[in-house]
Amino acid sequence: MSTAAADLLVLAAAPRVKPIAHWHDRLAQALLLGVCAFLVVFLLAPLFMILMKSVEDKNGAFVGLRLFQEYFQTPALRLSILHTVSVAFAVTGITIPLAFTFAYALTRSCMPLKGTFRVIALTPILAPSLLSAISFIQWFGTQGALKWMLAGASVYGPIGIIISSIYAVFPHALMIILTALLLADGRLYEAAESLGTPTLRRFFTITLPGAKYGLISAAMVVFSYTVSDFGIPKVIGGNFSVLALDIFKQVIGQQNFNKGAVVSLILLIPVLVAFVVDWIMQGRQQAQFSSRAVPYAPKRRTGFDTAMFCYCLIVCVLLLAILGMAVYTSFIKLWPYDKSFSLRHYTFGLVDGGVISSFFNSLRMALLTSFFGTMLIFGGAYLIEKTRGMPVLRAFIRMLAAIPMGVPGMVLGLGYIFFFNHPDNPINGLYHGMTILVIVTIIHYYTSSHLTAVTALKSLDNEFEAVSASLKVPFYKTFFRVTVPVCLPAILDIARYLFVNAMVTISAVVFLYAPDTQLASLAILNLDDAGEIGPAAAMATLIVAASTTICILYAVITRFLLTRTQAWRRPITI
Amino acid sequence: MSAVSAVSIPAAAGEPFLKLDGIRKTFGRFTALKTIALAVERGELVTFLGPSGCGKTTLLRIIAGLETQDAGTIVQGGRDISRLPPMKRDYGIVFQSYALFPNLTIFDNVAYGLVNRRKGRDEIHRRVGELLKLVGLPDSGAKYPGQLSGGQQQRIALARALATSPGLLLLDEPLSALDALERLRLRGEIRALQQRLGVTTIMVTHDQEEALSMADRVVVMNQGVIEQIGTPQEIYRAPASAFVADFVGKVNVISAVAESGNRFRVGGLMLNGASGADAVAAGTKVRLYLRPEDIVVAGVDADHANAAQGKVTKVEFLGAFCHVTVAIADAGDQLLLINVSRHSIDQMSLAEGSALRIRLPADRMRLLA
Repeated sequence: MSTAAADLLVLAAAPRVKPIAHWHDRLAQALLLGVCAFLVVFLLAPLFMILMKSVEDKNGAFVGLRLFQEYFQTPALRLSILHTVSVAFAVTGITIPLAFTFAYALTRSCMPLKGTFRVIALTPILAPSLLSAISFIQWFGTQGALKWMLAGASVYGPIGIIISSIYAVFPHALMIILTALLLADGRLYEAAESLGTPTLRRFFTITLPGAKYGLISAAMVVFSYTVSDFGIPKVIGGNFSVLALDIFKQVIGQQNFNKGAVVSLILLIPVLVAFVVDWIMQGRQQAQFSSRAVPYAPKRRTGFDTAMFCYCLIVCVLLLAILGMAVYTSFIKLWPYDKSFSLRHYTFGLVDGGVISSFFNSLRMALLTSFFGTMLIFGGAYLIEKTRGMPVLRAFIRMLAAIPMGVPGMVLGLGYIFFFNHPDNPINGLYHGMTILVIVTIIHYYTSSHLTAVTALKSLDNEFEAVSASLKVPFYKTFFRVTVPVCLPAILDIARYLFVNAMVTISAVVFLYAPDTQLASLAILNLDDAGEIGPAAAMATLIVAASTTICILYAVITRFLLTRTQAWRRPITI
Repeated sequence: MSAVSAVSIPAAAGEPFLKLDGIRKTFGRFTALKTIALAVERGELVTFLGPSGCGKTTLLRIIAGLETQDAGTIVQGGRDISRLPPMKRDYGIVFQSYALFPNLTIFDNVAYGLVNRRKGRDEIHRRVGELLKLVGLPDSGAKYPGQLSGGQQQRIALARALATSPGLLLLDEPLSALDALERLRLRGEIRALQQRLGVTTIMVTHDQEEALSMADRVVVMNQGVIEQIGTPQEIYRAPASAFVADFVGKVNVISAVAESGNRFRVGGLMLNGASGADAVAAGTKVRLYLRPEDIVVAGVDADHANAAQGKVTKVEFLGAFCHVTVAIADAGDQLLLINVSRHSIDQMSLAEGSALRIRLPADRMRLLA
């Protein structure tokens, strides 16, 4: 044997050098394990339970795919699939062009009032999805002000679901498309113009391809939102059956949890498809825009600007009419007979009716979700991105963090019933408490917040932690002294996002509340069920008011931070 | 320089300050480092030079404990640090990106490592003031990093790394993000500072000029192995491998066949080899390396040893001198690049198409496998 070969043998036999971990590393790894355990217990385990329950009968005996078979043999249930998917396609097909035109007007025209239009277009985010359904009932329902416009058709059914959903998803689609259009490279347009490319051709060769991934992403978000939402079809759907409603009926109406599990798995399919399509597309988007891109600056074109202004004006008037109708309903005596101003829906309907406590429950839940959710999600993202060791665990947590985006709230909620209501679960004491509502909401909105945190953390220099270690400063000190202050805008953004969504969430919590932890959005549902549309509108108005307050607070704090404590963000050129 | 000085750790006489042995590192199937051995003396400035992906940064990160080697040992100041986490090692580090904390003032940045050592406030103030003066920015303490130029930020990063008086200073491409003028200035400043403090320093760079001008010794790396370790002079004058000759400075490569008596045939041209070189068996194909500035153009007679007749094919003006490309007809139109001063160009009125007799000095010619 040659000496070189002998050397190789020695090397192969020698054990790999194992670094001695500092207790700081151990601490970070322990915290990381904690985050992982949290996601496994509160996300993976409930989802796994749904899988288990879908192949069991009521008595817990294994029945294989029999429940699925039964499901597909029931014509009414089969119809729900068709309904759900066709409604989702209709909503997507209408919302995306509407939102694209709006975003196009905001980015590519020189029309006035851009800021105002943008704020108005985003207001639906502040409202529970039920608000639009209530409002459309007031406009087009049996006693609707504009009922004649439907020419005999009923708003209770697909029409109502579609228009209410469009209102609810419009801002979500708008934000995604707006981001895509804002990334446009002005140099491309200059080059096209210098080559004499006509406007229409520029639109089809530069603008649309540039916004392609944004459009696909927006379409997938709209599609999954519509498929998963259960509040709108509940209020305005009439007898029109959809999957999300079927789950509700199976679980709450018939107490058939196993059937519910089957339907929720079927509901999971279109949402997962949308999620995977979006995920693949985002992966392809890499490096589409170079760091040298010059922002596009629109030029004045009177005709185009006027047309865009009129379009945005109409959309905003419609959006305000929907929000306004709900608010208006809450302040009048009895629609449509007595339209005099009154606070009776608040005082008599909510306070005396004992429902007002649900609003305070919602506030408490939203504040707790916002506080603990931000800590957990930002802290988790930090540990994943910036600490050392355990690469496999990191990849696993990254994957877990991406899952909630693809899981409808009802599916998650049903999983929680199975998992936490299980008599053998040592933490089944959480069931029906406030804690579980907070946790399920954090999990439900985990992915977006996680991505916001990761983006902010990735924009930090990768070597802060290395420098700190070389200076013998523990990582947690650098976390609090540097990472948190620098990422504060993103952290506040996450907190606001969680608060606003916790105020309006309904699908994930509908199975999990107890009488003393009822939330405002659920109260709307129950009031509406009881025909109390005035108090329902009043509750929706309170939610909008609370969320608006938080958003204004956020804007004020952010501005204050940017001008005062974050002086370092504005470089003074010397 | 008395107030600011590197902490000296007594080591056994004759022992190098930093000793790497058998360092290996793989990333999946990619071998980043293959059995690296290296010794760095106390107070020395050593540069790791090589193209991107050669493993130089990985080696630096292993010394810093930011990566862990698969095999091999590292001994610093007589202490085995092979498995120690970064916190337990003794070094200061400066990155290409500066990595200054953007939300802290310059003062707080430099004091970052001092505060943690429970030093008194006065002492911290004195020390930071001293360091800022040392890097030539005494009045910048209240500013934020974003308000300084790139070169100033890098000086602050250097001050921060030196604040705790580490035994070893690691510089990871510290000048790469700066513009050409700033780079040149900072190059001299860092070297002067390093010599004043006597701090053992390792600098990673892909810029050969930087490596040659600053280092006591240069470690040339390629594809995970050390090609050569030597003083800048040695590296340039006597490259140990074809890679080093090619990577450091410009070089002419002449394919030749060895003849008996230390002679080489290039087409129809016979060249004498350097005296004292190892004999090569006749008939072996070899490559001869010759720097452009070593080829003689003035006063060459036809009967001089290693003289050759050529024709100028290109003259490239570079300011102080020109790159003249000459085709040697006897050697099968072998192209040679020659540095010629502008003065000589004018004197000999060289232009494209001129005939030119050149000499390839045997003692400057290197034979590399």
